[in-house]
Amino acid sequence: MAELTYDKTGRLLFTKEMKKEYTLLMPQMLPVTFTFLRRVFELYGYNAEILTTTHRGIVDTGLKYVHNDTCYPALLAIGQLLDAVKSGKYDDRKVALMITQTGGGCRASNYIHLLRKALEKAGLSHVPVISLNISGLEKNPGFSLSVPMVRRLAAAMIYGDFLTWCANQIRPYEVRKGAADLLITHWTDEIVTMLGHGKAMSKKDMRRILPEIAADFAQIPRDGAPKPRVGIVGEIYVKFAPLGNNNLEEFLLGEGCEPVVPGLTDFLIFKINNRSIDVGLYRGSKLKKAFCDVFQKYIEGLQDVMIDAIKTQPSLRPMGRFSDLQRLIPGYLGYGNKMGEGWLLTAEMLELIHSGVPNIVCTQPFGCLPNHVAGKGMIRRLKDDYPESNIVAIDYDPGATRINQENRVKLMIANAREQIPAAATHTPEASRQTQRAR
Amino acid sequence: MYKIGIDIGSTTVKTVVLGENGELLFRLYERHGSLARQKAAEQLRAAEGVLRGKTAQVAITGSAGVGVAKAAKLPFSQEVYATAAAVRRHIPDADAVIELGGEDAKIIFFGGALEERMNGSCAGGTGAFIDQMATLLNATPQELDALSLAHERIYPIASRCGVFAKSDIQPILNQGGRREDVAASIFQAVVDQTVAGLTQGRELTGKIVFLGGPLTFLHGLRQRFVETLELDAEHAVFPENADCFAAIGAAIIADGAGFEYNNLLEMLENAVDNDGSTDVMPPLFESAAEYEKFSARHAKAAPTEIDADAYSGDAYLGIDAGSTTTKLALVTPDGGILYSHYGANMGDPVAVVREKLLEIYEKFGERVQIRGSAVTGYGEELIKNAFNADMGLVETMAHLAAARHFEPEVDFIIDIGGQDVKCFKIRNGAVDAIMLNEACSSGCGSFVETFAKALGYDIADFAKLGLFAEKPVNLGSRCTVFMNSSVKQAQKDGATVEAISAGLSISVVKNAVYKVIRAASADDLGAKIVTQGGTFLNDAVLRAFEQELGREVRRPTIAGLMGAYGAALSVMNDGGRAMRAPTTLLSQAELANFTHEVRPVTCNGCTNHCRMTVNSFDGGRRFISGNRCSRPLGLEKSAEPNMMKWKYDKLRALHGKGNGDGSRGVIGIPFGLNMFENLPFWYEFFTRLNFEIALSPESSRGLYIKGQRTIPSDTVCYPAKLLHGHVEALVDAGVDAIFYPCLPYNFDEGISDNHYNCPVVAYYPELLAANMTRLKQARFLDPYFGLHNKKGFAIKAAEYFAREFGVPAKETKAAAKAAFDAYYAFRAEVRAEGMRCVAYAEEHGKPIIVAAGRPYHTDPEVNHGIDELITSYGLVLITEDAVSSILGRESRRVLNQWTYQARMYNAARWVATRRDAELIQLVSFGCGTDAVTTDEVREILEKSGNLYTQFKIDDINNLGAVRIRLRSLIAAMGQRKAGVA
Repeated sequence: MAELTYDKTGRLLFTKEMKKEYTLLMPQMLPVTFTFLRRVFELYGYNAEILTTTHRGIVDTGLKYVHNDTCYPALLAIGQLLDAVKSGKYDDRKVALMITQTGGGCRASNYIHLLRKALEKAGLSHVPVISLNISGLEKNPGFSLSVPMVRRLAAAMIYGDFLTWCANQIRPYEVRKGAADLLITHWTDEIVTMLGHGKAMSKKDMRRILPEIAADFAQIPRDGAPKPRVGIVGEIYVKFAPLGNNNLEEFLLGEGCEPVVPGLTDFLIFKINNRSIDVGLYRGSKLKKAFCDVFQKYIEGLQDVMIDAIKTQPSLRPMGRFSDLQRLIPGYLGYGNKMGEGWLLTAEMLELIHSGVPNIVCTQPFGCLPNHVAGKGMIRRLKDDYPESNIVAIDYDPGATRINQENRVKLMIANAREQIPAAATHTPEASRQTQRAR
Repeated sequence: MYKIGIDIGSTTVKTVVLGENGELLFRLYERHGSLARQKAAEQLRAAEGVLRGKTAQVAITGSAGVGVAKAAKLPFSQEVYATAAAVRRHIPDADAVIELGGEDAKIIFFGGALEERMNGSCAGGTGAFIDQMATLLNATPQELDALSLAHERIYPIASRCGVFAKSDIQPILNQGGRREDVAASIFQAVVDQTVAGLTQGRELTGKIVFLGGPLTFLHGLRQRFVETLELDAEHAVFPENADCFAAIGAAIIADGAGFEYNNLLEMLENAVDNDGSTDVMPPLFESAAEYEKFSARHAKAAPTEIDADAYSGDAYLGIDAGSTTTKLALVTPDGGILYSHYGANMGDPVAVVREKLLEIYEKFGERVQIRGSAVTGYGEELIKNAFNADMGLVETMAHLAAARHFEPEVDFIIDIGGQDVKCFKIRNGAVDAIMLNEACSSGCGSFVETFAKALGYDIADFAKLGLFAEKPVNLGSRCTVFMNSSVKQAQKDGATVEAISAGLSISVVKNAVYKVIRAASADDLGAKIVTQGGTFLNDAVLRAFEQELGREVRRPTIAGLMGAYGAALSVMNDGGRAMRAPTTLLSQAELANFTHEVRPVTCNGCTNHCRMTVNSFDGGRRFISGNRCSRPLGLEKSAEPNMMKWKYDKLRALHGKGNGDGSRGVIGIPFGLNMFENLPFWYEFFTRLNFEIALSPESSRGLYIKGQRTIPSDTVCYPAKLLHGHVEALVDAGVDAIFYPCLPYNFDEGISDNHYNCPVVAYYPELLAANMTRLKQARFLDPYFGLHNKKGFAIKAAEYFAREFGVPAKETKAAAKAAFDAYYAFRAEVRAEGMRCVAYAEEHGKPIIVAAGRPYHTDPEVNHGIDELITSYGLVLITEDAVSSILGRESRRVLNQWTYQARMYNAARWVATRRDAELIQLVSFGCGTDAVTTDEVREILEKSGNLYTQFKIDDINNLGAVRIRLRSLIAAMGQRKAGVA
C-alpha cells in the first residue's frame, strides 16, 4: 500500500504509488464536460470518478465540516466529497480528492484549504487532496499535467461546451424526448476513443468533427412554437452545477423555456486574459504576458472553430466570441475586474441581451463577494441601458427554500412571455445604439 | 364569462370573483393557518351565491398557490405579475407599487421600463416579522398599530432583516424604552428594509400605490411609509381592496376555457397536497419507553430539596433579566430553592421583578433574611439600579457558577436562551473559550415559542408534539428568517404540526452546534457537558442535541433558572458578603413607594447625539441607556489609550490644500473602506499636485440613509453600504471631481502569500458608478491602479493624470514618490503609537486588547463605539496593524492572500507571545473573507491558550451583545490571572 509522504510545508502528497492504487474523486460541476475530463484522466492512467450524488446528506455534511458562512459552492463541493468518502462505498485509505483551484482574490481560491481543514475535522487527514489548476499551484509527484494531457483536457472542454450548447437548443423542442442526450452520449464515446488515439485534439480535427456534431443535432426532429429563451449566468459553480442551482435548467425546461447557458470556454480564456491585463494595468513581466497571450490565442482559435461549426447549421445559433464579449464591457466594468467571474459575468449578460435573450437568471451563492459588483451591482445599469432586459438575481444557500427561488424565476418568465414578439424582431445593432458610453 | 382569482399566500388566502364587466362581485381575505388549499376551497364554496351554476375562468396566484395549482391542475399566474395587471386596470397612472405580504415584499415600477422585484431571501418575512414583534410586546398586530400611532420618537433599528431588527429592539425594551416608540420603530425598520432592499437605485417618486394585508390594516405602518417617502395624499394611494389586488389581477389575467363551478370546487377539494418533496429526518424517539428512560436520566440533576413553607434562615436572591424572560431564584446557603419564577418579561422587566419581589416578601415575611442579591442578564444594569441589588455580574459567569454546582468537573456548558446561545469550554477550572452566537443566528429559542403561540399552542405542549413525530422536517439552520420560510414551505407540502415541531427543535440545535460552536464531533466539546437555558427545558431540543452529538449530556431540572441560580450562588460566595450588613435590596416598605419613569433624551455631549433612555426611580436612582460613552453619566471619557480613535483623528485631519496651492481644483474623496488605509497616500499625492482634498462627512446613520436607496445588494457589508452616502454627500458638496480608484491589489507587506484586497473593496467604485444616478452630474474617477508596484504606479499615474488633468508626467512621478514616502511614514507612525500604547500598558499594569479588523473598522459608525466601550473597562486598545509587522511571515493553513486579513494572523501571533494581551476580532456581517479568517485566527489564539472573541458588527446599533462578550472576556481574563480552580 502507498505510503503517506508530505512536502516541506506538511502537505500530504499524492504519490506515484497512489496513482496506481487510489481512486480520484471529483465533485460534479458541468455534467457533460466533467464526464469528458474523467475519461481523459482515465486515458492517463488515473482511476477517476465524478460524484453524481444529490441527496440532502451532502448539504448536512457540508454544514457540519465547513464554516457555515463560507460560500455555498464550497459547502456543497466539500460536502459531496466528504459524504462520498464516509459513505462506505470507497476504502478511505484508497481515495484521493481532486478540486479545482483558480487563484485570485476571491475566497474560492481557498476551497482546497477548507477541504483539508474539513478532512482533518472528520478524522480523514490521511486522504490526499489534489489541486487542479492552471497556475502551477501545489505540485504532486503522482499527478502532473503534461502538455499533451493539457491539450486533451482543453479539447475535452471544447467538446463539452459544444455538445452542451447544441443540445440546449434542441432539447426543448425534440419530438422524441431524450434524443439530444442520446446524441451527447454517442459523441462523447466517439471523441474519447479518438482522444485515446491522439486524434480529435488538433484544430484541424475539430474543424472536421464539430460540424459533423452540429449536423447530427440539427437533424433531430423538432416541433412546437419558439419558447422564451432564458439565459443562465452567474458564479461558475451555481451557474452550472444542478446540485448548486436546484436543477435550474430542468425547472426552466419544465416551465416551457429554452435555457441558454454560456459555456466554460470563455471563463478559461478570461482567466488567462486576466494575467496579461494585469501587466497592462500595473506593469510587470512582459514575458509572462507574452506567454499568456499565446495560450489565449490558442483557446480563442478553438472557440472560433466552434463558432464556424455552429454556423454551418442555420437552425442553430452560435455562441458569443470572447473578443465580442470583451468589446461589450467598457462603460460597465474595467478589464481589471477579475476576481471570481469578474467582468465576464456582466459581459455574458450583455451578450445575451444583444443576441435576443433579455431574460436572464443571474445565479449566485448567498453573499457572493464578486457578484455584489459584477452581478447584482450591474443589473440597474443594464436595465437603464436596455429597458427590455428582464434579469432576476437568485441567491443559493442551504437555508433558502426552493419555492422562493422558483417563484422569483416564475415572475421573470411571466414577463418573458410578454416579450416574445418583441424579442423576435430584436437586432443586436438596434440595441447597441441604445447603449450609452460612460 | 365570470372570472375567479385565488391568491394563496404564505399566511392568507384571498378569493375574488369578477363579473362580466370586470366588476367585483365577491371578495374574501382570511388567514389560512397553514391549511392553504382547504381554505381556498372553503372560500370558493362561500362564493356559491354568485357562482352557482356559472362557468368561470380561473387563475390561482401566490407563493403557496404554485403547489395548489399544480395539484388541482388549475392555471397559475405569478403574484407580482398579477398585481401589476390589477394596478394597470384600476390605477393606470400609478408610478410604483409597494406590496407587503406575510413572507415577501414586492415592488413594481411602472413608467419607463417596467420593473418588478421581490425581496432577497435574507430580507424575507415582512408580515411574519410584524407578528413576531407584536408577540414580543405582548400585543396583537392591531394593538401594536395603535401603540405606534402614539409614538414620540423613533429608535434607529437595524433594517437588514427581521433577526437583526429584533436584536436592536429587545435591548431597547429591556432598558425601559416606551412601547409606543418601539412599535413605531418596528414599522420604521420595515420601511427602511423595503426601501433599501427593493428600490435598488430606482427613484420611488410619483404616485405610489400601497398594497397587501399589512399595509391595509396597519395605519402606523402606512404613516411610516408616507413620511419616509415624503408623499402627500395625492401621491400615496391606499386603494380599496388593497389586500386583494393580487387575486383581482389573477382574475383579470385568467383566460382560456372556463370551469363549471361545481367541477372547479371538486378539483380544488380533491387535489392531493403533498408533492413528497419535503426533506425529512429520523425521529427523535422511536418509542415511549425510550422517552421514559431519557426523562428518568435527566430528572437526576436537581437542586437540594427544601421545604419552602417551613424554612427559616438566610437566603440569597438571584435575578436573571433575560432578553425575553425574567427569572428569579431565592436560594438557601445549601443550594435549595425557596422560590423561583420563570416568565415572560412582557416588555417591562422592571414591573415583573417588582411584582415578584413583593410576592417573595409577602410569602416569607420575617422568616427568611435575604443576605445578598445579584442581577445578571441583558437587563442587569436596569434591574440592579431599579432595586438596588448588591451585585451585577455578566451572565456567562452566572451560568458557569450554576453549572459547576451540578457538575463540578464540567468541560463544556451550552446555554440556549430566548435570544442567545452561549457556550464555554472549561479547562483546569477556568473558562478556556467562549462562544456566543452572532446576531444572524440569534433568537432561535424565542422563535420556536412565538411560532408555537401563533399556532395556538403553549411552548411546552408544542414541544411535546414533536417528541414522537415520525418524520421531522428539515428546516435548515441559517437563521429564523430562513427557518420561517422553510416552515411555510413544509406546511404547503403538507407537513404535520408534529413534524414541524420536531424539525424546529432540531434546527435550533443544528444552529447552535454548527454555527455557534462549530463542532464536528462531541470530542470537540469534552466528556462532561451541561446544557441549560430555557430552551433546553424542551425535551425535543435536548434530545436533538444528544442525537446530534451522539453523547449523553446533563440537563439540570432547573435549566431555565440557571442564570438566576448562578447569580444567587455568586453573591453567596462573594468574599465577605455574609459578614457585611444586610442586603441593599429594596425592602418591602421601600417597594411600596417604588416609582419608575421612562424618558427619552438626546444627548448633546458630542456629535454622536446618542438617543438615550433615562429611567428614573423613586429616591433619585437613575439608569441611563443608549449612551456610547460615559459623558452623559457625568463622568469623563476613559483616559486609556485608544488607537482606533487615534488613527481616526489622524485620518480625518487629512484634507485641505496641504503644502500646495489648490490651484488644480478640489478632489473629493469618500471617507470609507480602503481610504482608511490609503488616505495618507492620496492626500500627499494630490496636494503635491496642487489639488485641494475634500473629505466626505463623517459616517452616520443619516448618511447611510441618504444613500441606501442606491444599494443594489442588500447582503453586502455595512462599510460598503456607507459609501453610497459618502459619494452622495460629495456630489452635494459640488467638488470638481470625486476620486475613488479600483485597487484589486493592496500593498505587499511581506507577510502573506499574495496581497489582494477583497472583491468588494477592490471593485466597489464600479458598483457606485453603475448605481448612483446622481453621479451623472459629477465627474467620478474610478481608474484601476496598483499600489503594490511603486514604479508601475508612477508610470501609469503619469499617463492617467496627463490625460485627465493635463498634469506633466514629471510632476506626477514626483508626487507619486512623495505619496509612497508619506504612506510609509504613516505606517511607521502607527507602529510607533502601538509601541507607545504597549509601554503605557506595561507601566500601568493594564491589559492590552488588540482590535483586529480592517482599517475601516475604526469608523465610529461601523464599530458603533466599541473602542470606547473597551477602554471604559480600563483596557488599552491597539489596532492590528500596529503589531502585524513584528513577526515575519509564517505559512498558514489557509491561502493567506489578502493584505488586511494577513495582518490579523500576525497580530494574533503577537498576542500569543504575551501574557497581558488578548485579541478581539471585528467582523462585518456579510464579510465573506472572514468566513476563512475567523477559524484561522481562532486556531492561532487557542493554540497558545488565549481566548478567541469575535464581535460581529453591522448596522445594529445596540452594544448589548458586545458588552456581554467583552465582560465575559474580562471576567475570564481575571479568572485565569487569579488561577481560579
